[in-house]
This record gives sequence, C-alpha cells and structure tokens, in this order.
Amino acid sequence: MSLMAALNQKALSHGVPISVHLDVTYRCNERCEHCYLDHDGDGEMTTAQILNLLDQLAAAGVFFLTISGGEPLVRRDCFEIIEYTRALRFNVKLKTNAVLIREREARRLRELNVEQVQISVYSHRAEVHDGISKLPGSLNRTLAGIRLLRAHGLKVTLANVLMKSNLHDSEGVRRLAAEVGAHYTLDPTITPMMSGDTSVLRLRLPSSSLRSVFQNPDLVGDVAEFCAPPPPLDDDTLEGLPCSAGHTACYVSPCGELYPCVQFPISCGNVREQRFLDIWRNSPQLLEVRSIRGKDLTTCSSCNHLGTCTRCPGLAFMEGNMRGPSSADCEKSFVRTGIVSAGMLARASATSPAPSGLVQIRPFAV
Amino acid sequence: MNEKYIARSSAVAARQLGGEMIIMSAADSTLFSLNETATVIWQAADGKTPLSDIVQLHVCQEFDVEPEQAYRDAVELAGELARHGILLLSDEPVSDAPLESVKRS
Repeated sequence: MSLMAALNQKALSHGVPISVHLDVTYRCNERCEHCYLDHDGDGEMTTAQILNLLDQLAAAGVFFLTISGGEPLVRRDCFEIIEYTRALRFNVKLKTNAVLIREREARRLRELNVEQVQISVYSHRAEVHDGISKLPGSLNRTLAGIRLLRAHGLKVTLANVLMKSNLHDSEGVRRLAAEVGAHYTLDPTITPMMSGDTSVLRLRLPSSSLRSVFQNPDLVGDVAEFCAPPPPLDDDTLEGLPCSAGHTACYVSPCGELYPCVQFPISCGNVREQRFLDIWRNSPQLLEVRSIRGKDLTTCSSCNHLGTCTRCPGLAFMEGNMRGPSSADCEKSFVRTGIVSAGMLARASATSPAPSGLVQIRPFAV
Repeated sequence: MNEKYIARSSAVAARQLGGEMIIMSAADSTLFSLNETATVIWQAADGKTPLSDIVQLHVCQEFDVEPEQAYRDAVELAGELARHGILLLSDEPVSDAPLESVKRS
C-alpha cells in the first residue's frame, strides 16, 4: 500500500476530513459557460470568518486544502488567506484562471510554497478558449500567468474540461502543457450547477465523441486496460464506499455552507452558524452519506460495473436519489466497455410502454 | 559536544494524524510519515531549544529510552530530515520561520 493510500485509510478510520475544497468567492472575472457556481451569489464569508474556519480545519486534521472560487484572486484578502493557510501548514492547491497573475503574485505564491496551481485551459486557440470563458483576451492572459508561475518554479496543472465546443482541441492543450512544463488533466464531465440548474448539461459531449476520447491512448493511457470489461462483483466491492465525499473529504462554499463534495449539493450545515467539527461529526446528511455501501445502492449493487464505474453519488443525488445510478457515469461505463449498465436497463424498462398482453410463442408440434 | 538546533521548515505541509506526523515536502511533493518519537522531536523543533534539551525534556520523558542513545538517534533523525528539507539543522539557534509569525495568537 502506498503512503498516500495508507494516509487516506488512516484518515477514514479516524473520521478525519483529510481533504477540503474551499471556495472563497462567488465572484469571477470570467463567465465560463459550464461553471457550477452562480456568480451572483452573495453572503461570502469575511476574512475573519475564513481565518477562523482555517483554524478549525487545521485542528480537525485537514491536510490537503484546495482554494478556489469564483476566481480567488478577485478577493483583496486572497494573499492574506493563502499566507494563513501556509502558516497552518496546509498542503495548498490553488485553482485560478491565472488572468490576474503578475510577477508579484507568482513570486509570492512560490515564497508561500503553494503545492500546486491548477488552471483551466479549454483550447490552444484563443477564439475557442475565450468563447467559453466569455472574457476576450483571456487565453493570452492565462498563458502569460502560467509562464510566470512556471518561471518561479511552481507546479502547474492545465485542467482541460472537454465539451462540445472544444472537443477537437485536447491535443492542442496537451502540447501547450508540455511546452510550458505543466501537467495536463482532462475531464469530460460537465456537472449541473450547485443551484440544481441543469441547463449546462447541453454542453456535454455526446456518446460518439466520448468514445473517441476513451479510445485515445494519449488521453487514457492503455486503451485495452481502460476499456476492459469489469470483473465480476465481489464482497469487497459490495462492502466498499462509493467515494471519499463526506468520508474523508468535503466542500465549503463561499457563504460557508458545507457539502460532502463540490458535486454533491446536499447542505449539511453552515460554518458561520456551527463549528466545523460539529457539522462534520453530527450532520444527519453526512451520517446518511457515510452509511451507504456498495450493496445499499438501489440499482448499481447488481451492476457489474460497480467496482470500476466512476459513479458519482452527487450526480445521482441531483438525479433524485443518492443511492441510485448517475446516468452520466452509466453512459461513461457503457461507452468505455460496450457493456450496458444496470442503470441503463432500469431506465429503458421504466420508459418502455407496458405490453398490452402476453403473447406466448411455441414451436409447432410436428 | 556542539549543540544542535532544529527548526521546522516553513516550506512543508504537515499535520498530525493518529499520533503520527504527515509531512509533504514542497520541493518534490514527497510524502513522509514520522513515527511517534520523530513527531515529538518535530513538534519541539522551535529553533531555540537545543536538541539535547528536546531529547531530555520530551523524548526521555515520554518514552522509555536511554538518554545517550536517544540523543544519538535524534541527531541522526534530524540530519535525515534536514537532507529532505523538512527540518533546518544548525549549530546556532534558528530564528522563527517567517510563516510562523503570520499565525494569530
């Protein structure tokens, strides 16, 4: 077992939220068309409230801290917050669009030993990237910020969210990442907004495009292994946890609402009204999330994909049942392996018209 | 014997989990797990207290170890952690790491 796996296992056994994603603002200088956050949200936590929360997170054992937004750097106190996270010795990952990164910001992030900066880049072509971010000139400014961060020795990851409008640009972004010495990650998942608005799902890749992504060795590595049929269900899978959300990880929104994950919009309490650990330990919503094992899933517990599926309980929740299937992940499992999922079969039978009568077919007696 | 002084590096991320200290080096993202004895030394590494005092006051108080052996082990451990950039090791007192002063009282 790797040290990282052992760390996660230990956090789980001690009930420690080892990873927290904290969005510090709703505000953003971009208007990315697929964003999960409502930028008109208000009631952001104050500096004092955030610093107080950080004290509580450190005391609770949080080690990995992701700072995001909105665009975190639009907060005037952003560096005060980051300095404080590092004084508390969090492992900090900053998610930013890098548009506001200048020499001073890049140097300070390096001085503060921020572990990693993750930046969304949708395309190597300005017209495509800027068309998604809705900020003219944003690709050039983002790339300038990335180069400054790299010049100061920061680890940078280019996150390439793939959707219909940039489907053919993943190779270009990958080349760009190699050129600037950044890591590259690809994510073909578009999630509904935290508000429950599902209109952004129209941007998702269709199955035919998803198939070409999953068959591309540059993107998925060993295609045969990635697309292999799932192994038969076993007890470990049935007794296993769906994911780390609510078990060793959680999300705190700019106004202090705590959720199991940024993709799991079931509110568990607000850190402006209750202490973080009280919510983490006692929230009925979190206790319910933690009670669920593979065998408890209504449809997926009989699905062979269960052990290898990327099933997201948050997406399932947004479809109406946190114990149910997530149709987007059913589709991915199907596209990946060519094997229909139990969730797809259940949906098909639920939407097929009931037969008007039984017709029995027998061979003629000779 | 020259006194040794040790201070926690401000470049790392660290958190105690179940009695052990988890540390990630910012230089190369290597993850370390310190055992209970090493964790006690890490926590006491304020840059001002001589390592011999740390061993006397913390290690020998909390663990059943022979003081001279404990000190030799502590020097070896401090050297090892210093090579990974996790601790600063010096023959002189080390001033507070700059980030420590950011924390509120």
